[in-house]
Amino acid sequence: MEQFFAALTLSAGYNTALVCIGAALLGAASGAIGVFVLLRKRTLISDAVSHATLPGVALAFIIAQIYFDAGRSLPVLLFGAALSAGIGVLAVDWIKAHTRLTEDAAIGTVLSTFFAVGMVLLTVIQSLSLTGQAGLEGFLLGATSGMLRSEALTIAVAAALVGFAVVLRMKEFSLLCFDEAFAAASGYNVRWLDRTLLLLLLGIVVIGLKTVGLVLIIALAIIPPVAARFWTDRVPVLVAIAAGIGASGSYIGAALSASAPNMPTGGLIVLVLFGFFVVSLLISPVRGILAAALKHYRFQRIVHLRQGLLAIAHEEPVLEPLTRSILRRGGFMSGDGQPTVKGQSEARLIERDQKLWNLYREMHPEESHALTDWSLKPIGEVLPADTVKVLEQELCPQFARTDETGNGGTN
Amino acid sequence: MHDRSPSGLHLLHDTDATKSVSPADLPFTVQGMTVAYHHKPVLWGVSYSAPKGCLTAIIGPNGAGKSTFLKAALGLIPKLSGETRIFGDPIEKGLKRIAYVPQRSAVDWDFPATAIDVVLMGLYGQIGWFRWPSRKHRQTALDCLKSVGMQDFANRQIGQLSGGQQQRVFLARALAQNAEVYLMDEPFAGVDAATEKAIVTVLRQLVAEGRTVLVVHHDLETVRDYYSHILLLNGQHVADGPVETTFTSENLQKAYGGRLASTQLDGLSQASGA
Repeated sequence: MEQFFAALTLSAGYNTALVCIGAALLGAASGAIGVFVLLRKRTLISDAVSHATLPGVALAFIIAQIYFDAGRSLPVLLFGAALSAGIGVLAVDWIKAHTRLTEDAAIGTVLSTFFAVGMVLLTVIQSLSLTGQAGLEGFLLGATSGMLRSEALTIAVAAALVGFAVVLRMKEFSLLCFDEAFAAASGYNVRWLDRTLLLLLLGIVVIGLKTVGLVLIIALAIIPPVAARFWTDRVPVLVAIAAGIGASGSYIGAALSASAPNMPTGGLIVLVLFGFFVVSLLISPVRGILAAALKHYRFQRIVHLRQGLLAIAHEEPVLEPLTRSILRRGGFMSGDGQPTVKGQSEARLIERDQKLWNLYREMHPEESHALTDWSLKPIGEVLPADTVKVLEQELCPQFARTDETGNGGTN
Repeated sequence: MHDRSPSGLHLLHDTDATKSVSPADLPFTVQGMTVAYHHKPVLWGVSYSAPKGCLTAIIGPNGAGKSTFLKAALGLIPKLSGETRIFGDPIEKGLKRIAYVPQRSAVDWDFPATAIDVVLMGLYGQIGWFRWPSRKHRQTALDCLKSVGMQDFANRQIGQLSGGQQQRVFLARALAQNAEVYLMDEPFAGVDAATEKAIVTVLRQLVAEGRTVLVVHHDLETVRDYYSHILLLNGQHVADGPVETTFTSENLQKAYGGRLASTQLDGLSQASGA
């Protein structure tokens, strides 16, 4: 525990601090690029990318070890990873373009084949009993314990570069993800933008191999944006929150792993990220499920209040207990079930509002059905003023005219 | 009731007249375009030149290739043959002078963006790479939302807008592009009457400013009221020209075959007096 806090506060030695910072930058960059992978609905392809790195890592190790005795050189292994992942992506693209298979079928085929090749090669390496192969399993599940200072620095710098590139291309990526046809018709090279997106993702996967491992790296690109989506409806904010979640999750995970060197770093990071996801799912005020439950409760109250007041306006008895208690709590009804003065006047207002809403539904049935707030809020808060004015004129021509000369707005 | 836009000046597509016009004056010309999906031809050798400064409806039965025509002309989908010229330039160069409005159903409206965000996308070309929309760009986007009556919804998440409102946002985005040629794919599909009216007003305004507007249109009843010209497709080019001379029961019969009853045809092709 002590060690964990030491790592968390960057006081567990220079190396650990560097690893944690590198992981945080990696998490931020992958969260940012993950937003667009998610919005482009291509989360599956990232899985193909990561699994396709394995044969590259293994081959690079074999070649480098046999010919140059440099099998543990991280840049060499990462170069091999990038190369085979690139081939994997191109293979998926090719299958999609030249056959009638869908992308998910292509991904499934490529992913498993490349991973199988990688596993076979790993076994070959074991049987060759080459030296220096001990670090290779780290690429599967991530291991930061034996990480060199230069390696941590490489990861930090490369991640920062990818993150920077994503932010620079944010506008174009948004356009691509929202409306591909419009982007193409506006003169953007959609194919090239897609390739850039995949290339940056590939960059993150390769950089993150050592820290998180190829099996779980994808979680680093997917969970932060998915969690962030609960908090906002704007792309720039989404990118910022996803980067923040990715950074803090990876940082905490790496610190945990520094205090428990036997645990796989990748697994710890993903578990921390999952924690962020659960918290977001539960408590986010925008799209969280608690907020949704609260919203439903409020919605129910509004409906009952409105229907109760309408009943008062139409001088009908209010029978439902929930409606009665809501009316009483609002001061619209006295204890004996009689409407109060406040209740009477509020009922008039609601009645008029409801008439406008009903008229709107009559005049624009489809539009009103699409409207979530139909007859739940005062009409002036939902519809533009000119539409309300037309409705008022339709409902009561005289009223609308005096309103105009009286220089008063509809709201 | 409705102002018919002046169409007498624009009888360009009489083929004889077209020949004498310089290609740089032809806003949108397609030559021999053939498109196939999985070896099944959808469009067959379509040649067409849009009359400049006119409001033209692209009409034809379901599966006639109306949307495909626009997409292939813009290079959004692969074509077997044919080329598009924008004021005499090849399409790649001409895209800057075009605004395209895709079908509303083509995008996922749960995308994290507000109405003004979407309109700003129409300005990305002007803003350029590596730069962010400025206050001026936001003002332009707001003005565009205003011209479609959506200024009050600028900061509404697009998923919370009704179908008609989403269509208006799409139109506002095209307005922001300030193009010379507007190509719209079914802007009236599934919208309410108020939105339909608002869109027609905007289209007329565009034409009044001398822009060329082509609209894939479904509702034959309103063709006479809204448009000055038509292009009639049925996999092939059937006819094009001013509504008065081209929107005839004979041409409609050619495009729609047995799909329209003869009484329907008579009702549509007679001048409706509107």
